[in-house]
Amino acid sequence: MMSREDFLSVMPLFILTSSAILILFSIAVKRNHKVIYAITAVSLITDLIYLFTYDAPVKRIIEPLFIFDGFGQFNFGLILATAFAVTMLSYAYFEQREERKEEYYILLILATLGAGVLVISKHFISLFLGLEILSVSLYSMIAYLRKRERSDEAGLKYLILAAFSSAFVLFGMALVYATTGTMEFSGIANYLSSFSDLPPMMTAGFGLLVVGVGFKLGVVPFHMWTADVYEGAPAPVTAFIATVSKGGMIALLVRFFTTINGYHYPSLVLIFTIVAIASMFTGNFLALRQNNVKRILAYSSIAHLGYLLVAFLAGGQLGVEAISFYLVAYFITTVGAFSILATLSDKDRDAELMDDYKGLFWQRPGTATIFSAMLLSLAGIPLTAGFVGKFYVVAAGVSTNRWLLVVMLALNSAIGLFYYIKIIATMMERYEGKERLTDALHPSIYIVSGVTMSALTLSLIWIGIYPDTVILFIKQLLLNL
Amino acid sequence: MAGGLLAWMVGKWNLGLTRWVSLLALVLNLILALIFWIEKYSGVDTSWWLHFNVPWIPSFGISFHLAMDGLSLLMLLLTFFLGILAVLTSWKEIQYRVGFFHFNLLWVLAGITGVFLTMDLFLFYFFWEVMLIPMFFLIMIWGHENRRYAAYKFFIFTQASGLLMLLAILGLYFAHGNQAGIFTFDYFQLLGTNLTPGISRWLMLGFLAAFIVKLPVIPFHTWLPDAHSEAPTAGSLILAGLLLKTGAYGLVRFIIPLFHDAAVEIAPWAMLAGVVGILYGAILAFSQTDLKRLVAYTSVSHMGFVMLGVFSFNELAMQGVVMQMITHGISTGALFILAGFLYERIHTRDIDQMGGFWKKMPFMGTMGLVFAMASLGLPGLGNFVAEFLTLIGAWQASHKLTILAAIGLVPATAYSLRIVQKVFYGTQINVHELHDLSLREKLMMSSMVVVILWLGVFPQPVLNTSKPSVTNVLQTPSGQAARSQEIESVVGKAMKGGGHDE
Repeated sequence: MMSREDFLSVMPLFILTSSAILILFSIAVKRNHKVIYAITAVSLITDLIYLFTYDAPVKRIIEPLFIFDGFGQFNFGLILATAFAVTMLSYAYFEQREERKEEYYILLILATLGAGVLVISKHFISLFLGLEILSVSLYSMIAYLRKRERSDEAGLKYLILAAFSSAFVLFGMALVYATTGTMEFSGIANYLSSFSDLPPMMTAGFGLLVVGVGFKLGVVPFHMWTADVYEGAPAPVTAFIATVSKGGMIALLVRFFTTINGYHYPSLVLIFTIVAIASMFTGNFLALRQNNVKRILAYSSIAHLGYLLVAFLAGGQLGVEAISFYLVAYFITTVGAFSILATLSDKDRDAELMDDYKGLFWQRPGTATIFSAMLLSLAGIPLTAGFVGKFYVVAAGVSTNRWLLVVMLALNSAIGLFYYIKIIATMMERYEGKERLTDALHPSIYIVSGVTMSALTLSLIWIGIYPDTVILFIKQLLLNL
Repeated sequence: MAGGLLAWMVGKWNLGLTRWVSLLALVLNLILALIFWIEKYSGVDTSWWLHFNVPWIPSFGISFHLAMDGLSLLMLLLTFFLGILAVLTSWKEIQYRVGFFHFNLLWVLAGITGVFLTMDLFLFYFFWEVMLIPMFFLIMIWGHENRRYAAYKFFIFTQASGLLMLLAILGLYFAHGNQAGIFTFDYFQLLGTNLTPGISRWLMLGFLAAFIVKLPVIPFHTWLPDAHSEAPTAGSLILAGLLLKTGAYGLVRFIIPLFHDAAVEIAPWAMLAGVVGILYGAILAFSQTDLKRLVAYTSVSHMGFVMLGVFSFNELAMQGVVMQMITHGISTGALFILAGFLYERIHTRDIDQMGGFWKKMPFMGTMGLVFAMASLGLPGLGNFVAEFLTLIGAWQASHKLTILAAIGLVPATAYSLRIVQKVFYGTQINVHELHDLSLREKLMMSSMVVVILWLGVFPQPVLNTSKPSVTNVLQTPSGQAARSQEIESVVGKAMKGGGHDE
């Protein structure tokens, strides 16, 4: 039986679900992009406010599926905030495209719901439910611009690979369940505590789970889909995949790994170490050779996940803090970067070629400055959130003496710099072409995206210069992990 | 002061008055620093004059801690002086995106000022990086033909080595934290850390990487000629005059005191690298045809003296290093400015295209001669004092290397004279529309001549100013720990008495 408190705790999930239904109804009555957009934005904001005003007890467990604690609350909030930012961008982007824009928002909310379920789950069932809600919504979101070939291709690719990876996850779960007889994280941990090393069956099970998780995170060697999907998907959706979908998975991974105390098993640590190093190198090297900005960002996201895994492997209190902080910085930056992409795109295609950025600094200085700030943050240059995030990760790594990973990270940051500054350099080049025309939409639309972008930039720099507020906030939430 | 520096520049770009504003701001800073110097000059015995300390990111033990001693003050004077010159040289040269140019210029200067002042390692790294990006932009946007390549190379070299330093800083942070139980980035507290030789060696290498790339020492110097020759005049001036000095400053301020034993261990190699740098730089300089590239290689050569001096571990050599930092900043800066003037007039940096300019531009020729002489170390000019002191100091540490370093002065003579001969004497090959220096340019050059002459004839004030910091650096670690504690208590009192005592 659910008590009243239980009900209040899962309220965020209810709000999301009911707003999806509300949108469905309102579409049935009348299609109106503006109204649907407003409903989505309002419901996400309400949810966010509810989440942080509702004075949750220290830790609330709803047997057997969910756990509400500081970490979960933090990540849920982060996901909601990011989804809100994506919604803000989507309006201007879709207004000039597809004639049926309204269903997109349903999918967006459902995907957010899926990611939200992921971060608070403590049971394989809820994990799988969340994963599938997220993935299924993503299939259609990626292929949302049906008339574009590449969008369809990307959607199909994601569908096939994600279905495969789900199968892996299921099989892994089955193996774990067959050995331990439970699907709860804590139950598995209990079972494992009687062994000093992993039983072979468990190793196989975890191995299969890693495949599924790795796919969602887009880390090497499960990264093949990223570039194509990033390129094909509409810019706001790409932003969503890069942030919410990956962030949700990382949060889940952290929870699972700390619960079963994975740091005790050298084989698991070894796997993740290899994955982390391989991701950093592959991501950065592939990005070096790219001329397509979306693909560069895709490869750079692979590298960034590698950096995150460094903090993940460092473990401990500092490691989790570092991950949380890095996620905040990375989310702001990525959404910001894709929002620039979205605003620069025109009706037929997204602005993704280097040529689209040539001389941007002199034509649209504001946009270019914001984009440079985002790129510098991705590169981890001081005065931006990305720097503090990277610093945090390195600090976590050094504190637990993971020198190999940390040195690799430093090396990769240097490689990574190259392609970030390449984009910036392109923007600064003198441009002698015709004036670019922008389609005139209603000015208020530009104001909305402009405000969103400025807000993102300001928070980026604010966190970069004075990170203490965020650090303290994270620490306070994580007290009861 | 650095805070002020940051504040006034942000609103200033895109104004027509940018040039005046930035000039005014720098002059103001210079005057402030000068007044400060005169005030403090008479009978100072404490080595730290100013402290400004507010917590910044307390969760990490990071504070915004600035402090000033003789060494920092001298470097600041140099920074502002060259800063003014940089604004003046670009008065006519830069016509493209003027506002943004000055914005970047001032940011670089702010970063450098920060580096010279900060006493918190995190903050140090922060400023270290802050000065990079605007410098990158300066080269990237306003540079010469091959600017893209040069800008990338500069950025990646310095950034990669900077990251290694960050690792070392963090290593030190945790080593200290585990030992003393206080996690802090504060310089004075970290001074007392006892490290095992192994750890100390690795951490020192991390710091060293950043500094010797910046300095640059021989195998890591390849970014320098490219960056120098492609940057606009003001950019080269700041690169040679100031950015290289941050590397030298880092060696003196951080490597020697923090890792005294490890530094002693590595000293012979470091000195060797310095000497190789002196010779190699000089020889390469001789064979260049690009005027700016030539001057860039002389920098490599001169910075070899810094390396030699720092790792000789005695007061004389260290004083020589400080002098070298200042005089090299001025003399090389002047040569770059001259190269800039020439480029403005004839649009080439190739010295084979030049010749016989003395007749048309006697004033410029004289100036060229003076600074070429300074660069080769003629007595009476500042560089002589610096090199002489360094060599005497180094003699006590190693005879052989000192002899080799002294031999390096011979090719120095050769390349310096070659500049003068090729550019100003000889027959006139091409006919150019040449006019001698304008009033603004004359003013700049004469002020530099005055300074370098003053440094050459009467260097004592500078030496006195830097003396306390130099002796401080050379004290044994244990003595230093005691001293730093004493300073801490003084600072503590000052803090209670109303924040900062500026």
